[in-house]
Amino acid sequence: MRITVTVNGQPYARDVEPRLLLVHFLRDELGLTGTHWGCDTSNCGVCTVHLDGVPVKSCTVLAVMADGHEVTTVEGLERDGELDGELDAVQKGFVECHGLQCGFCTPGMLLTARWLLDRDPDPDEARIREAISGQLCRCTGYENIVRSIRWAAEARLNGARPATEAKQ
Amino acid sequence: MQVPATFAYERARSVAHALELLERYGPEARVVAGGHSLIPMMKLRLAQPEALIDINDLAGELGRIAVEGDELAIGALVRHAELLESTTATNIFPIFRDAERVIADPIVRNRGTVGGSLCQGDPSEDLSAVFTALRATAVIQGPGGTRTVPVRRFHRGPYETAVEPNELLVQLRVPITPGTGSAYAKVERRVGDWPVAAAGAVITVRDGVIERAGIGLTAVGAAHFCAPEAEEHLAGRPPGEEAFAAAGRIAAERCEPHGDQRGPADYKRHLAAELTRRALVAAAGRI
Repeated sequence: MRITVTVNGQPYARDVEPRLLLVHFLRDELGLTGTHWGCDTSNCGVCTVHLDGVPVKSCTVLAVMADGHEVTTVEGLERDGELDGELDAVQKGFVECHGLQCGFCTPGMLLTARWLLDRDPDPDEARIREAISGQLCRCTGYENIVRSIRWAAEARLNGARPATEAKQ
Repeated sequence: MQVPATFAYERARSVAHALELLERYGPEARVVAGGHSLIPMMKLRLAQPEALIDINDLAGELGRIAVEGDELAIGALVRHAELLESTTATNIFPIFRDAERVIADPIVRNRGTVGGSLCQGDPSEDLSAVFTALRATAVIQGPGGTRTVPVRRFHRGPYETAVEPNELLVQLRVPITPGTGSAYAKVERRVGDWPVAAAGAVITVRDGVIERAGIGLTAVGAAHFCAPEAEEHLAGRPPGEEAFAAAGRIAAERCEPHGDQRGPADYKRHLAAELTRRALVAAAGRI
């Protein structure tokens, strides 16, 4: 069936089977491979994208369910970059605080982090850990991911460079 | 790669339209909302519906949480995250906050729905125990109109509910009684997992004695998620450790847990007693 999904601000019309999952629509139909495809069972969270501004696991959403709706993927984050119009603050935080190693979980983590900070600009560590509790990282032990998200929060709160530098 | 079998997809424009579509496609059609139980089952080919009726656009009709008279009404399409964040619901019944905080994870809670959780009919599902403890009523709409079924008679067995193929669960209604406290206690292997065991407790105290108790148990083989003998034991007694511990023991004796990868049966039975006791203590502290 014919669907039109607005992805990162741009409408895309495609003919798809109803059984096509949103994650495969993004990756295979639109070539947006920043959204990763992991466990396929809505456990790992690497496929997390925003659907109408709310993070969802795109391996458990049908592409046809997104017809007429707005999707934001990691490719859409930098468009609204806050610090210098390039990367989003959460992306910068992951760069500054070594928030990734292999990078597989990173797109999903970034989108959840963005959503968290939009709702709570100054989350404490417990709140950050709860927010990312539906996403698995097998490299970092989460420490640097939490620091990265705090960095992004402080960047916005201070309006400039965060007071807390990355720890080794 | 997990791919569902083929199916027809229809998006309902209203509850009436959803019912029309269910009538048209017959018993092999399934309603989909959050899809976080149904789509994984379809990917594993454990479910192969011929048609999906998507009701995600019906938030106007099915997405409300409101106090109506002496009842709290919760629409079937309310997302887990919305129930967790609803102070209307959680101020009156903190059991919703207890339970929703430990259902899946925040991202899944953004999508999964209250009605979907009940209609899935999973014998380890959390809200089934919560609504059982609360003595809620399910409102079901079909071609002939609306009917109500107590949640305690909603589940006919694993993955089977009172909702007929041409019907739609539209709302849960929870009686509000002054002097009531509620709580939920769950043991899970890791964050976001299904329970090893969990218990919900709701007690109403008047003149120093328990007027009515509601106990819901999940994942431990309690018939209809319910512990009626334990509830009867509490009625008329003063709230306190002794009565709560006895109720926990009675509830555990009457359930029939099965050993599986989440734990052996005797451990689950122990949890049924202890979690019932803890939920009752917490509920009493919230009156």
